Amino acid sequence: MHPTSHAPRRNRRLVSGPAPVRWLLIAVALAFLGFFLVVPLVAVFTYALQKGVGAYFDAILEPESWSAIRLTLLAAAIAVPLNLVFGLAAAWLIARFRFPGRDVLLTLIDLPFSVSPVIAGLVFVLLFGRQGWLGPWLAEHDIHIIFAVPGIVLATVFVTFPFVVREVLPIMQAQGHDEEEAALSLGASGWRTFLHVTLPKVKWGVLYGVLLCNARAMGEFGAVSVVSGHVRGVTNTLPLHAEILYNEYNLAGAFAVASLLTVLALVTLAVKKYVEWKAESA
Amino acid sequence: MKSPSARRLTAALLSLLLSAVPALGGCSKPGAAQGEPITLLNVSYDPTRELYTDLNAAFAKQWEAKHGTKLVIKQSHGGSGKQARAVIDGLDADVVTLALAYDIDMLHDKGQLIPADWQKRLPSNSSPYTSTIVFVVRKGNPKAIRDWEDLLREGVSVITPNPKTSGGARWNYLAAWGYARRKAGGDDAKAREFISRLFKNVPVLDSGARGATTTFAERGLGDVLIAWENEAFLLTGEVGKDEFEIIVPSVSILAEPPVALVDKNVDRKGTRAAAEAWLQYLYTDEGQELAAKHHFRPRSQKVAAKYAHRFPTVSLFTIDEVFGGWKQSQKQHFDDGGSFDQLYVPQAQ
Amino acid sequence: MHSSARRRVLPGFGLTLGLSWLYLGLIVLLPLSGLFLKTFSLSWAQFWDTVAAPRVLAAYRLSFGAALAAALLNAVFGLLVAWVLVRYRFPGKALVDALVDLPFALPTAVAGLTLTTLYSRNGWYGQHLEALGFQVAFTPVGIVIALTFIGLPFVVRTVQPVLEDIDADVEEAAATLGATPWQVFTRVLFPSVMPALLSGFTLAFARAIGEYGSVVFISGNMPMKTEIAPLLIITRLEQYDYAGATAIAGVMLAVSFAMLLAVNLLQRWTHRRFETRPGTG
Repeated sequence: MHPTSHAPRRNRRLVSGPAPVRWLLIAVALAFLGFFLVVPLVAVFTYALQKGVGAYFDAILEPESWSAIRLTLLAAAIAVPLNLVFGLAAAWLIARFRFPGRDVLLTLIDLPFSVSPVIAGLVFVLLFGRQGWLGPWLAEHDIHIIFAVPGIVLATVFVTFPFVVREVLPIMQAQGHDEEEAALSLGASGWRTFLHVTLPKVKWGVLYGVLLCNARAMGEFGAVSVVSGHVRGVTNTLPLHAEILYNEYNLAGAFAVASLLTVLALVTLAVKKYVEWKAESA
Repeated sequence: MKSPSARRLTAALLSLLLSAVPALGGCSKPGAAQGEPITLLNVSYDPTRELYTDLNAAFAKQWEAKHGTKLVIKQSHGGSGKQARAVIDGLDADVVTLALAYDIDMLHDKGQLIPADWQKRLPSNSSPYTSTIVFVVRKGNPKAIRDWEDLLREGVSVITPNPKTSGGARWNYLAAWGYARRKAGGDDAKAREFISRLFKNVPVLDSGARGATTTFAERGLGDVLIAWENEAFLLTGEVGKDEFEIIVPSVSILAEPPVALVDKNVDRKGTRAAAEAWLQYLYTDEGQELAAKHHFRPRSQKVAAKYAHRFPTVSLFTIDEVFGGWKQSQKQHFDDGGSFDQLYVPQAQ
Repeated sequence: MHSSARRRVLPGFGLTLGLSWLYLGLIVLLPLSGLFLKTFSLSWAQFWDTVAAPRVLAAYRLSFGAALAAALLNAVFGLLVAWVLVRYRFPGKALVDALVDLPFALPTAVAGLTLTTLYSRNGWYGQHLEALGFQVAFTPVGIVIALTFIGLPFVVRTVQPVLEDIDADVEEAAATLGATPWQVFTRVLFPSVMPALLSGFTLAFARAIGEYGSVVFISGNMPMKTEIAPLLIITRLEQYDYAGATAIAGVMLAVSFAMLLAVNLLQRWTHRRFETRPGTG
């Protein structure tokens, strides 16, 4: 879409250092990733398949696993768009304007990351639980929030809250806003400018933010475990289901279910490739 | 200046956010008004799923034959204390089947969900089946572990979970304490000394019973695992028949995992009859047989006699005899500053 | 003057300000206020006894120390990985790129179990490390490794988009003018990547402070030695002591907030320094 953005990319090797340095850096990076990511991943699949492929698929295809998959996808499908909208708004706000409380706002946005997952669940219990602030009112109206789907969604939204902002913000800051100002001065509306100028510029940040947010939403364990109630087939997400299988001495089953979540990495790959391909062919 | 469209969007987003929560709440609420099939929720602790899956299936069949209505029993499993907290905070359990009475006591103390004398409402302290604490050692018992004394020997490494976070570990701790106390003629100071030496041999404190089992079985750490008898059976039976064996100490504790009806919930949901019948069913011969099949010691004399060969005789003491009940022991041993904490933190004067 | 000029030009200030605070308030501040309210049910003396007990202090030291070490490791290697993924081509690059998100997708408990399996003394890594005299599982080193694992995507994924978007023109210009690659890196690239790097570091650090699931398996949980602060919160909850649990959590939260705020201020300062150079004013 921007003709200028392609030409430099091809020439980048010019300034990427001499070949030996290049290969050394690649080797170190790959060694690090190998130790920290690939080997653990292999271990997960080794465990998952230790009872054979048949047992692997049995564990994944049992009805309780399916309901866990559905719930996990549902929670992510609600949490990610909400955090995306908020993330874009907050990133725009923080990158483009100076106002009192800006640093406090940014820091508060980071806060859910440093809240222990256990506490992230507990705060919703303190709010919506039978003994919580809103508990009596909710009970009176027969509304179930915790130990039901809404609680799981809320906890997921909470723990994935900062991702999009945090991914979009640095890139929005790095790019400045001259183009937006130009578009606006040429008479484009605020929304048009945002959609056609800003969004394309920060698309990589948005993409990574959504991918991370999604991965974390599906993998979240601690906070969701506090608000879920663990009712089998009803309020168990995939990570919780994995834990339960483990506690029942079904180690292979637990890892089989967990390995399903790592398939997400492949989906990530596909999405990213697709976006890249679209960006280049546009 | 805000443009009108921006203001409209703000309003739309606002209402969306505000409406999202109650709307979701509405659609997920369990169908309370549905007349026909009855749904019960049993909130239980960790490794009891297979036991209750069997029990539920058998009971549901019986119930349907008798009443002509369908009965669905849902299960929830997790750490005993965490499960109790969930019920206190609003998880709609009809019945709870937990690892220790203290957790059910809290349903009364913190949640006013059940009467204080809940444990007297069902026979045998409301524990339809029992278990005890035993040792699991590596095949051939290379360190020649026979009894609690052997766990203090130098060079013996003992695996037990953290009693602060695991209900099962509290039974382990009290079993050791009770043994030492009995041996010293009721001297608690001697028992404390014994425990302190025992925990010098504990290299790792896993947060749960299952984690400790993994540490022992998969990581190859430790010479002895202190465990519930039924979990020891699970470990030696399924995972490592040729790797481990069970050693039964001379004296141990009678572990009584209790069950209770959650009065406030069943009365609100109108499920009292079914929930009570389910609890009674646990005490029937059929229920007792299933408990024995899943490695719990049956209460019924008749069924116990039938399975006597599976469960070795141990001299068992109860928590009430030695410690004056769960509340007392929780306070004395496991709450902050209790005897367990004193093992690790030098007491400030 | 500068800011008011901007505000006039760029739209959406009111909308985004309102939306941000509203959403933040509903999702984060309202629930967290409940936490502090619960803490206030303690008397000052009770609160102090809870949070200043030697065991709790030891746990705080461990949690914050291990989180810092893990975040530093991630900053160094994350920058390297991002650089390699953006700038170089090598076989299997797309796959490696996809794998970076794995630590988020894997449930933390599974990650903890897996890492413990690898590093315990009969594990793939552990047996070799043991031979060399290192013990990783059930020591603070194991905790740092678990925290590095769960925080790994942060730095890579915050730095990556910025690197992808940096105009190579500036670098090329610098190179043409005779700058060495190292000079190009330190003078041109590093300053523009710095905000993103700091941001990633902060996130990895913040996340590591509170982490529980992946750590409990590998830490061994020995009081005073390898007991992390979130574990103490759990033990409080096991005693049905919600107020004590929230007190420990509240202190952690307050300290994290102060640290995050400091980093954000630092970041704004570095950003401004960088921003003024290309002549924005």
